[in-house]
Formats: sequence, C-alpha cells, structure tokens
Amino acid sequence: MTLSIRLRHAQSEFELDVDFTTPPGVTALFGHSGAGKTTIVQAVAGLLKPDSGRISIDDALLEDSDRGFWTPPRNRRVGYVFQDGRLFPHMTVLKNLRYGANLAGVRDPAEEDRVVDLLGLSDYLHRYPGTLSGGEKQRVAIGRALLSRPRLLLLDEPLAALDPARREEILPHLERLRDNSGLPILYVSHAPSEVARLATTVVLLERGKVLKLGPASEILSDPQMVPAIGPREAGAILAATVIRHHDDGLSELQTSAGTLLLPAVSAAPGRSLRVRIAAHDVILSREAPKGLSALNILPARVCALRLGDGPGAIVQVETGTDRLLARITRRSVVALGLEPGADCYAIIKSVAVAREDIGRG
Amino acid sequence: MLGLEPDAWQAVALSLRVSLCATAASLPIGIFVAYALARWEFPGRQALNGIVHLPLILPPVVTGYLLLLTFGRQGPVGAFLEATFGISFAFNWTGAALAAAIMAFPLMVRAIRLSVEAMDPGLEQAAATLGASSIRVFLTITLPLMLPGILTGSILAFAKAMGEFGATITFVSNIPGRTQTLPSAVYAFLQVPGAEGTAIRLVLISVAIAMGALVASEVLARRAARRMGTR
Repeated sequence: MTLSIRLRHAQSEFELDVDFTTPPGVTALFGHSGAGKTTIVQAVAGLLKPDSGRISIDDALLEDSDRGFWTPPRNRRVGYVFQDGRLFPHMTVLKNLRYGANLAGVRDPAEEDRVVDLLGLSDYLHRYPGTLSGGEKQRVAIGRALLSRPRLLLLDEPLAALDPARREEILPHLERLRDNSGLPILYVSHAPSEVARLATTVVLLERGKVLKLGPASEILSDPQMVPAIGPREAGAILAATVIRHHDDGLSELQTSAGTLLLPAVSAAPGRSLRVRIAAHDVILSREAPKGLSALNILPARVCALRLGDGPGAIVQVETGTDRLLARITRRSVVALGLEPGADCYAIIKSVAVAREDIGRG
Repeated sequence: MLGLEPDAWQAVALSLRVSLCATAASLPIGIFVAYALARWEFPGRQALNGIVHLPLILPPVVTGYLLLLTFGRQGPVGAFLEATFGISFAFNWTGAALAAAIMAFPLMVRAIRLSVEAMDPGLEQAAATLGASSIRVFLTITLPLMLPGILTGSILAFAKAMGEFGATITFVSNIPGRTQTLPSAVYAFLQVPGAEGTAIRLVLISVAIAMGALVASEVLARRAARRMGTR
C-alpha cells in the first residue's frame, strides 16, 4: 500500500507545498507545531479542501483538483483518530465503537472482539466517554476508527494531550497495531520519542515543505536534520535484541556494535527492540576509557558532524551497522580532533535510557 | 372543580392548548433557525438574528398590532391564508397560538443556539470520517447533543406562551371560551368586583404550571447530563 499526496494550500504564515509517496508501514509526519502536519492529515481525510492537490491510496483516487475530482470524507474510508479523541458523549463506548461499522454495514463480531481485545477495552464497553480517563478515551477512539474498516489510519497526535504515564499505556497498543494489523498508518507527532518507537518512515516537515523523507533510523540519525528536530530532542535509534535479564535489575541487549546494559526491559529474551539514544546522553572518547561508571562503551567511527551556531555540535558516529548521534561542544570536537573517519568510543549511561525510549523492533 | 367557574376552567384549558400548539409548531423552525444562526455564515444572518429577537424588545402591544395588520382578516397574509387554506387567525385560538409562538420564539432560539454553540463541531467531523452522511450526522450526533437545549428552549417557550398577554389581547382580543387565555382571564376577573377569589385561584394554577414545567426541565436536563457522564 502506498499513499501519494500532492498538496498546495495557502496558510496564514506560509504555503503548504508537499509532494510525496509513502511506503507501507507507519509513516510519521514529523515537525514543529505549525509545520503543516495536521493540514496534510485533514486534507487526506477530506476535512479540508486544499487549494490544489491530488491524493490517492494505491490505485484509489481520493481527490484530484486538476480533474475536479473530490471524494467527501464519508466515502474515503480513512480512520481518523483526533488529538482530542472526539468520542460521542451521548453514546456508550460500545456504541461509539460500532458507529462506523454500523454505517458501513460491515459489523463483524469477531473483528469487534479482536479490536476490543487488542486495545483492552472490554471493561469499559457500557460506560459513557465522560467517565473515562484521557488514555482510555484515546484507545476507544483508535478502536472506533479501526472498526470502520479503513484503508488507512490517520493518527493526529493521539498522545499529545496525555501525561507520560498514559502515553506509556497506549504506545504498546500502537506498536501491536503496527506489527499485526498491516494497516498503513499516517502518524502525526512532534515528539521524537514517539516517532522513534513507532515510525518506519519519517517525513520531516518544516514550514509547509518536506525537508526530508526516509527510513526512521536514517532521518533520526542525520545531523543535518537536528535543527528541524531540535538539538535537545535529537536522538538516534539502535536496533537491539534482548539477550538476558540480570539479577541486579539490568537487561543485556545485543546491538550490531556490542552489548548494551539497560535498566530492566520488560521484553523477553530473543525479542528485538528499538532503543532511542538521545544525542545529549552520548559521550565521545578517543581512547577506550577505564575506571568509568558508565556501563556501555561501544566502539565507533565518526561519519559526519554539524557545528551549531552556539557552542554545541552534533556528531554522527557509526557503531556497527547503526548510527548514533552525540551532542557535544565544539570545543571538544576540536580538542579531540573529531573529524569524519576518526575512531572513537561512544559512551552511554545505562540509566539515561528511559522506558519510553524502548519500543518493539 | 376547585371551586372554579366554567369560564376560568375554559381559560386554563385554552391556555394549555395554545401553549402546547405554539411550542410544538415553532420547535422545528426554532431548531433550524438556531442551528443556522450558530453554524452558518450567510448574507442576512444578522438581519435574521434581529428579526428573531424583535418580539423580545418590542412592546407586546406593538407586536400584537403588527400581527393584526399582517395576519388579520384584512391583512395580506391573513386574507391569503383564509382564502387558500381556510385558516383564520383573527379572533380565534389559533391566533393566540401564533402570538404566543412569536413572543416565545426568541427564548426558544436562544436556548437551542447555546447548545449548538457549546457542541464541538469536531464531533460532526468525526462522524463524517466514520462514513456518516450529513443527514445521518445531524440525526445521530447533532440533534441528540442539542437535546438539552431543545428541552430547555421548549419549556421556556411553553412557560412564556402560558404567560403571554399583551400581544394576544391586542391580536385576538379577550373572548371567553374562544381567545381568553389564562392571563387574559386573570385580567378580566380582576375587572369584575368580587371576582378576586377566582383571579387568585387562577394565579395559583398559573404558578403551579410554571413550577411544574421548571421542575420537569430540571429533571430531564439532569437525566441527560448523567447519561453523558461528567459533561
């Protein structure tokens, strides 16, 4: 399944002008607030009519302004999960879930059970949305969208209104959705940790333009993309496999560059994970450090670097087949002679990696 | 019954009929106008808003006289309706209902409009993305969510219709058994020496009906709120 989007739409501050095609999987529309992410999703759903554009899912054309073709939202079969859930307050959870399915005449009890199960909704079915927590509401909203049998799922910052604990409660459901449903998902977010966990492809947007489109691991570890992501938020993804859990509360993971010790990971040995390592949590050293409290020392080689306008610099290093980002000072770059090709060690404190940074691979 | 004269009972019965008919007949129009004012941008929106509210600010006697000019036997609309459909408003209980409906209309529209404005249009968008046609969105989402406003608006309109006096007496006069509503009857009995007792009983009935309507609206509103949880 591929989603092709070409849009031009004048907005108050800039003109949205994008043209891209996404591969299957989860595509994250990523960028600062006001970069045009929600406008794109609304256009795909048909809730916003762009000045001009063409949108298609595989061979199915949704709109083409050149030919004056337009499909109203109700006929697009896209499941839209809004940031604020938008559950119907006068209907029970069950009625909310069945709303789309009933309209399409495709109510399938087996599918309903599967979705209720997938999202853990069985305890709430007869409650009204007003009595649910934010996280519960979002799960119902996702279920409602899924049960309308969409061709495409649009998730518009579904976690933005939630506190970190609630977010952590929903992310595993989304990962399972990604891995099990086979449904293409367009995921809007400005949180790098969410994108790192969920996205297969990232579309980086800035002021209405596509800055870059590519595999998530590539975009997130690209030093040139750091200004658009934000230096404090930047961080790359390491692919890892759980080896074993130690008695002292640490889990040992295998990466392409060596083993990684992290605070207890909930996944069973053998599971593949993606671990987000924030750029400011990585220390670089030219020599193998000794007598250091940090447990993770991976051999690395500098691939690229980007000097910031201030005192900071972002260094991209290769560790095995993965790439990491390190945010250090320009002074250190000079002092250590870090230039592309230079060998070094990447040092990662175990406790710097939080639970929200670890997702299913 | 209750020591009331037949005349007085007739007035109560007539008032109930007039108010119920006025409320029921104006409700669909009220819902439409409230929705249009709250949601649509169209030329003449402010003018419509003004016309709807006019009965609230005009002296009722003026409204009644304008109704007489328009809907009376000699009035353009009244003459047409009588000739075409045989409907006559002048000096008829239907005229009292028309006057009551027009006087109560602003209150009804205001209450319903508030409920439309309080509603998140995003819910209607969500229903559309789930495959609902505009009509279905209106019937399954918009209308049920307007219900508290519709209830409040109807009860307010009913209460206002029960109490309407100035426009009614100007438009359809005060004919016992024909156009004499409860307030007109109270007024009439107060003019007759020794009939204060009847007037006071009518006043009590009027208070009872108004309170009953208010309690009913509270109960219904609370039930609707409970169903929707905390919202």
